[in-house]
Amino acid sequence: MQMTTLRQDFLFLALFAIAVLTMPIWLDPLGANYPDLLQKFAIYGIFAIGFNILFGLTGYLSFGHAAFLGVGSYAAVWAFKLFSMNVVPALLLAMIVAGLFSAAIGYICLRRAGIYFSILTLAFAQMSYNLAYSVLTPITNGETGLQLSLQDARILDRTFGIDATGGIPFPNFFGLTMGGYGGFYFCAVLLIVCFFIALRIDRSPFGMMLRAIKSNQNRMAYTGFNTRPYAMTAFIISGMYAGLAGALLAATDPLAGAERMQWTASGEVVLMTILGGAGTLVGPIVGAGVIKYFENIFSAYNEGRLHAIFSFLPDGLENFFVTVTTPFVGEGWHLTLGIAFMLVVIFLPGGLMEGVRRIRSLFSRRKSKPEQAELAPAE
Amino acid sequence: MKLFNVNRRRFLRGSVAAGAGLALPTIFTSASRAQGYCNEPTGSSVVLGFNVPQTGPYADEGADELRALQLAAKHLNGEGDGGMLNTFTGSQLQGNGILGKKVEYVTGDTQTKSDAARASARRMIEKDGALMITGGSSSGVAVAVQSLCQEAGVIFMAGLTHSNDTTGKDKRRNGFRHFFNAYMSGQALGPVLAESYGNDRRAYHLTADYTWGWTQEESIKATTEQLGWETVETVRTPLGAGDFSQYITPVVNSGADVLILNHYGKDMVNSLTQAVQFGLREREANGKDFQIVVPLFSELMAQGAGEAIKGIYGTANWDWKLENDGTQAFTKSFGQEYGQPPSQAAHTCYVQALLYANAVETAGTFNPEGVVEALEDLEFDGLGNGPTLYRGADHQCFKPVLVVQGKEEPQDKFDLLEVVREVPTEQVTYDPSIFGGELGDVNGQC
Amino acid sequence: MDAFIIQLLNGLDKGGAYALIALGLTLVFGTLGVVNFAHGALFMLGAFVAVAVRRILQLETVTVDPDRLTPWGSPMEIRTPLVQAWLGDFGEVLLQYSVPLSILVAIPFMLAVGLAMERGLIRFFYRRTHAEQILVTFGLAIVLQEIIKAFFGANPIPVSAPEALAGSANVGAWLGLESGVYYPWWRLVYLAFSILMAGLVIAFLQFTTWGMVVRAGMQDRQTVGFLGINIQRRFTVVFGIAAAIAGIAGAMYTPIVPANYHMGMDFLVLSFVVVVVGGMGSVAGAVLAGFLLGVLQSFVSMNEVKDLVPGIDQVIIYLVAVVVLLVRPRGLMGRRGVMEN
Repeated sequence: MQMTTLRQDFLFLALFAIAVLTMPIWLDPLGANYPDLLQKFAIYGIFAIGFNILFGLTGYLSFGHAAFLGVGSYAAVWAFKLFSMNVVPALLLAMIVAGLFSAAIGYICLRRAGIYFSILTLAFAQMSYNLAYSVLTPITNGETGLQLSLQDARILDRTFGIDATGGIPFPNFFGLTMGGYGGFYFCAVLLIVCFFIALRIDRSPFGMMLRAIKSNQNRMAYTGFNTRPYAMTAFIISGMYAGLAGALLAATDPLAGAERMQWTASGEVVLMTILGGAGTLVGPIVGAGVIKYFENIFSAYNEGRLHAIFSFLPDGLENFFVTVTTPFVGEGWHLTLGIAFMLVVIFLPGGLMEGVRRIRSLFSRRKSKPEQAELAPAE
Repeated sequence: MKLFNVNRRRFLRGSVAAGAGLALPTIFTSASRAQGYCNEPTGSSVVLGFNVPQTGPYADEGADELRALQLAAKHLNGEGDGGMLNTFTGSQLQGNGILGKKVEYVTGDTQTKSDAARASARRMIEKDGALMITGGSSSGVAVAVQSLCQEAGVIFMAGLTHSNDTTGKDKRRNGFRHFFNAYMSGQALGPVLAESYGNDRRAYHLTADYTWGWTQEESIKATTEQLGWETVETVRTPLGAGDFSQYITPVVNSGADVLILNHYGKDMVNSLTQAVQFGLREREANGKDFQIVVPLFSELMAQGAGEAIKGIYGTANWDWKLENDGTQAFTKSFGQEYGQPPSQAAHTCYVQALLYANAVETAGTFNPEGVVEALEDLEFDGLGNGPTLYRGADHQCFKPVLVVQGKEEPQDKFDLLEVVREVPTEQVTYDPSIFGGELGDVNGQC
Repeated sequence: MDAFIIQLLNGLDKGGAYALIALGLTLVFGTLGVVNFAHGALFMLGAFVAVAVRRILQLETVTVDPDRLTPWGSPMEIRTPLVQAWLGDFGEVLLQYSVPLSILVAIPFMLAVGLAMERGLIRFFYRRTHAEQILVTFGLAIVLQEIIKAFFGANPIPVSAPEALAGSANVGAWLGLESGVYYPWWRLVYLAFSILMAGLVIAFLQFTTWGMVVRAGMQDRQTVGFLGINIQRRFTVVFGIAAAIAGIAGAMYTPIVPANYHMGMDFLVLSFVVVVVGGMGSVAGAVLAGFLLGVLQSFVSMNEVKDLVPGIDQVIIYLVAVVVLLVRPRGLMGRRGVMEN
């Protein structure tokens, strides 16, 4: 492992911050510059970073992380309903609830390792989902999802005389509305903060300990370390990240649905992390972005739009290209996603970040420094 | 976004100067500013959002909705044979687009999940500038997208959604539903059941364990009990159970002689297939023939259930075999375009698109305030269902409801249902206050 | 008593399906050490083999009659089924027995799919992490699923059981009970079939030399390799067998649950739970856990139990999984050291 100085870290962070905050500019040509998708990039980025703290560092593959996301969302919407439309109480409550929830589940699941741990977390998440969809409807509003309504108590807002006239008020941060680009910048700043915390964890002795759990748990135990508290802390931290992401989902779009907790949602964050590169700092965020991009942009193409795209070609070719591409977009976007998963994992074992690294090492080799290529995969 | 102007800059400057400096220019181009209402069209065209399930269990239904909506866009632009534009009485539509602007559309995938459906709708509104969102194949999605459209300041014309909540507890001023609901199913189906099966039946309900299932169970139970039926038991089944045998077998010795399946989609196909397999329909109970009732089903589900659907009673919003001008014009035009007759999901979406366009023409503006006013308490005819009222109090359409039965000898795979009766509008009309909820005000601001 | 017997049968029937899927999955774990998320998709493929066989038997010649129009205005089509035209009544019988017939097609087809999958993709992933195995096989599952959707649509497709097996058997009379306890023939056939299949696989591994070598390979691959046995080739065949079992389990299941392109995903999570409860890599454990969970699921769905604990039927499988894993860390019949890292 390369030792990095604090200064290098801050440089890294600054680059990251600029990249995130300028997303509206460089994503514009890709057709992804609109508030909802930008918010989703930032929020799922937080979710994936948190997941990576557990999976990337300790190697514990949780298949139930969506449960914490869902719990965070429910807690946030309840905070909006009961206390205030300001996001601060909602975010805090969501992180506390998700933290407690993950502590309870982690306490049980961390008794087992490997795939047994995965199945335990999966079991808890599926139980949460099934119950939230049916029996717990009074709390979760089941299929329809928990929503705000005009009759909500909003105790704090009412005591301070901030009352909504007309429609249902929108979540805000001391006046900054969470919809639109304002919501994106709020999420983006939180993403940068979360990234910074993850960076510090990664570089800290605590992070080292977590890596040691991944490499050889038994050896750790023989040397007298009790690894459980470390794994437990990582589990709770990543649960709180998920809770924060869930709360932000609810803040930018005030609705909490049960399907956020389904196993497919848990699987999604696993896929994001591996696709981007598990154990790397930026990889999970890239993976989250790629999957959300597929989901929102590829699904939106239809034949009419394809004709417009290929209209510069002669008629015969145009029709040919439209026929060839149609199965991969619109209702076929799942197919493209599946193929992308396979290609990435077959050709880039370390995820998309591996690709970046290979390109970088290609360039650095040209600069006649062969040993750097050997050093690079250390991260 | 009312409070957004002042604080945004302060917030950005305060927090991250470098990034904000680069990013500010794009904020100023954000589309919604300096307009009378959200996404006011300035060019020669207008964008509508067709948000249908393209993946997941309802993908086929969604594909059919999309076909119908694309056909509607064609007809509105004056292409093709005009379909129901020619039979729509009192219509202001001229086949030159809407208010002279060409109709364009964007499509998206709801995945039959509230989150995905809202993300897709937000893309249409924020990126593509859609003024109206329509489509969808489940009530959870309809309610979620409806409340989103209310917040976003555009109109929502619901697709297939049957829960009482859509225009009841969760109704919104910006949202409209043409499809019928569970309460109307109960009102329409009850008398037919009493005529065919008698007044002293004992019913056993299997209900999908989520909101739509519950509202349907409640509605059917209320009507059948009024007719003198007794409800033996109501059992909740998990969504997507696949094999329902453990819920079906207890029916046999429960003393019930009618099984009511409050399931939809794949669940309905599975539970009905299995109930028939367990021989329930050959059985006798309390000296009567055992019967199965599925209050809501569609042509696609009938295809999925195959033989099992024969003779089963249910209700429908519309059927392509109806003999009125609107239906015939639409069926012909749809059939010539796609080589198959339209489903009821396709019909409701097509009608919703036309009704929206007509309301805009009437109001003379795309502003949601005008559109809502034009749609509320609108009476129209010639769209396949006979005289119809869009009730202003809850934005629900009132029109005759069809009681259908699985055909014993279908001609082909599109001829699976037989219309037994058209139940008149008066019989299915109800007081809007019974389901609670509030419409709130129109919202036309992003 | 009647209710008890019926629920037991329901549970065993459900368990049969779980056991057959889990069995293949656990074999692949035990031999190749691969987490195969595409196993559910193999089950789904098998179901669509049954659909395809039926479609082929139902092939029709279509002639268009330009003088008659359908109600929606296109010319009327006149369809004549081919099989009946060629084979007469025998064709009718073939169509009747399309599901059992499809097994004959499913075995070679699924074996081929399994071998191709192992040689073409899985073998490159032996030494990769489980996470990467999950990603690649999940991607494959999506691709298979979307291909099926492109050909057959998303709507469920009904496939009927043979007429002779469509009714119910008087199970009560067999057991000497007074009141008739009736159970559908096809479900009994499925139960018998799944027990037979599970028995065959266990016997094959237990009592043949070939199976013994495979078991030895599962214990210690290296040593078996030193003995000059090409264990890799056998493991490849095991993968093919696992695919074939999943496939015929799917084909036989179509009369119970109409085939749809998503059914593999619906079974995926459940079959993983079954495998883990049974113990990773243990074939007998998977079968045992499959039946156990099926029966439990049936019993807790009874109204008496649901009234006592609402929602219990929604979570029982996962609850059992948690309890089993906490009490017996390696599942019911798991061995130490399999898949723990």
